[in-house]
Amino acid sequence: MSPVTVTVALLVGVVIWVLVARRLTARSWETGSEAGDIAAVRMAPARLGLWIFLAVVTSLFSLFLSAYSMRSHHGDWSHVMLPDVLWINTALLVIGSIAMQFARHAVGRGLLQRLKLGLIAGGLFAIAFLAGQLVAWGQLRDSGQFVQGDPATAFFYLLTAVHGLHLLGGLWVWGRTMKRLLQGVEVVDLRLSVELCTIYWHYLMLVWFALFGALLYL
Amino acid sequence: MAYVAIADRDAPIHDPHTFIEKYVWSQDHKVIAIQYALVAIFVGLVALVLSGLMRLQLGFPESFHFVDPSHYLQFVTMHGMIMVIYLLTALFLGGFGNYLIPLMCGARDMVFPYMNMLSFWVYLLAVLVLLSSFFVPGGPTGAGWTLYPPQSVFAGTPGAGLGIILMLVSLAFFIVAFTMGGLNYVTTVLQARCRGMTLMRMPLSVWGIFMATILGLLAFPALLVSAVMMTLDGTLGTSFFLPATTSMGQPLDHHGGSPLLFQHLFWFFGHPEVYIVALPAFGIVSDLLSTHARKNIFGYRMMVWAILAIGGLSFVVWAHHMYVSGMNPYFGFFFATTTLIIAVPTAIKVYNWVLTLWKGDIHLTVPMMFAIGFIFTFVHGGLTGLFLGNVTVDLPLSDTYFVVGHFHMVMGVSPILVVFGAIYHWYPKITGRMWNVKLGKLHFWFTFLGTYAIYLPMHYLGILGVPRRYFALGNTVFIPDSVHTINKVITIAALIVAAAQIVFLYNLIVSLRRGEKAPVNPWRATTLEWQTPDTPPKHGNWGPRLPEVHRWAYDYSVPGAKEDFIPQNEPVDPRLGSGRDHGIRH
Repeated sequence: MSPVTVTVALLVGVVIWVLVARRLTARSWETGSEAGDIAAVRMAPARLGLWIFLAVVTSLFSLFLSAYSMRSHHGDWSHVMLPDVLWINTALLVIGSIAMQFARHAVGRGLLQRLKLGLIAGGLFAIAFLAGQLVAWGQLRDSGQFVQGDPATAFFYLLTAVHGLHLLGGLWVWGRTMKRLLQGVEVVDLRLSVELCTIYWHYLMLVWFALFGALLYL
Repeated sequence: MAYVAIADRDAPIHDPHTFIEKYVWSQDHKVIAIQYALVAIFVGLVALVLSGLMRLQLGFPESFHFVDPSHYLQFVTMHGMIMVIYLLTALFLGGFGNYLIPLMCGARDMVFPYMNMLSFWVYLLAVLVLLSSFFVPGGPTGAGWTLYPPQSVFAGTPGAGLGIILMLVSLAFFIVAFTMGGLNYVTTVLQARCRGMTLMRMPLSVWGIFMATILGLLAFPALLVSAVMMTLDGTLGTSFFLPATTSMGQPLDHHGGSPLLFQHLFWFFGHPEVYIVALPAFGIVSDLLSTHARKNIFGYRMMVWAILAIGGLSFVVWAHHMYVSGMNPYFGFFFATTTLIIAVPTAIKVYNWVLTLWKGDIHLTVPMMFAIGFIFTFVHGGLTGLFLGNVTVDLPLSDTYFVVGHFHMVMGVSPILVVFGAIYHWYPKITGRMWNVKLGKLHFWFTFLGTYAIYLPMHYLGILGVPRRYFALGNTVFIPDSVHTINKVITIAALIVAAAQIVFLYNLIVSLRRGEKAPVNPWRATTLEWQTPDTPPKHGNWGPRLPEVHRWAYDYSVPGAKEDFIPQNEPVDPRLGSGRDHGIRH
């Protein structure tokens, strides 16, 4: 369980550090002790909410990965023959993330056309990634490896499915942002949504790297 | 300091008008809190009845034929799961967390009210799915509240078909509900505090609930992971937790799964869960003791640091629930060490509670009696925890009633006493009425002494070696007759304690109409929730202007002050310097 322990310890550490940096040592029984204590986190609530949510999801994926890692250290472990299409999918996800970053850059400058381009491309590449994952599932299934098989294969389906679900959640928010964009909402008002989508896309990419790496090497 | 959700305003906006908006699809944190609390108390009563049925069987075996071995296991399982998750977690965080965080922090509501509403409805769905398992073929799962595979999905276990699946689905819903609520609690504490409410001026109740929520957000995913994987094992035929094995004499298709993996995942959630329940109780009891002893909490900063330390350490002790799983002795040594280390911040808290009472002006009100009762039960439960935290002591005791006595004392009775204390303490604010004092005291004495009558003898049973989880002991040689007598006594005590809860419910319900009208601040408390313009507080809590905080939450019996409490929003006299003089004229 060491990866979990480390991750959670890190997360808890970060939380504590953030709090400590905000003067957990204030002598609050003395009046006037608020001086210099910057109490609130200066961030849009939705953004803070997203970060906390991502911390929860990180905990979730770390636990899936530690389960995977614990199981893979038993003697009888055999690796899944990963379909090659996963490499193409990885590339699609990276491009999607880059496109989102492009959109974020554009929304900061109020460039509507570029924003549209980036946002649409970001979403489409994510959808393409999902389609690619389904292709990978199909190939693996055709080669006779399905969930009832050995644990490694079951883990492959499980990890990719959870990641896929996570991505679908992102696409739902992306869809709402797209709808508002197409309805002609001012670019300024889209800024937060686009930024949050971008954070989410980068996060999805990092999680996929971790999962893919584990599937390849653990 | 930012206050983001709803700032000062001249006229109420978007106030709910229809009955449905106000009480059903409500986005008001106070209504959601009450919804959460009512549902939690309702399922808690179901679990209480189940424990009564179990006790009937244990005290008077072969007398009650409606409790057969399968039912007994199902009652054990549902009692444990409901009490820990659907009652205590939901009541402390969904109930008290929802009610107290915005009011104590000086906010108008949670930061994401809509999500807060969803949180309650998904929780209700989780409860309904759970309860529905009583009515499906095969009944609810009887796998024990830890749901250990492989037996939890094997045909011989009660509820191995639909029961276990419904349990896992219900847990998944609960986790979704908790995550939505938890995001709100953390964000609200971090962002929606009123002007002047620094982190180190927050009442300890908020600190306890805040840290418990963080633990929950990080630990519940472990339960989700194990629930998802076990659901797949049970439905799609995967082998995450199921090794190659036979069931009812037939070989199964599963192969290659690891039951131990489940235990690790489960307890990685399960141990923080203990503190998810305990930390809010710690926080609330600190405020009750300080308020009713008219004295500032002893060592406020130390109390906050202890909450944080306990929260951090609670993630590295989980395997002390698994000493009997055949683990590497060095592994056990590590977890025994961390387990004993976590006793240090916990002990600091206990000392500070006692020192808060020292030379205080103790008012033995009903909430105070429950708070002091908590110190007793928690010390007793905590000390037996030191026994069980050591591998060599745990091995012989692990499967006996000693453990049942221990965990009921430390995480059953203790948090429940705080729940009662807290309900009596905040009832006047929530409903605007006072309850009947005599009935409250009666409820306290029956509950407090009764729980000792139930759980103290269990330690003795455990040391004799009486195994837990057994439907009946039969004529086992090493079990003396005194055990059967004790079991009868425990059962009678349990039934009396259960009946005493009727007094509590009666008091709450009747006082709603007949109770005296409650003053705005009946306990003369300093914290913000007692300074609202209306009792009970209206939508938006604070009228046109948000409160502004000038001092910490524990200015009780300040020398030279006019009264023996100074509310947090009482301005500092500008002619006086800041510092230790509390900003008042002497």
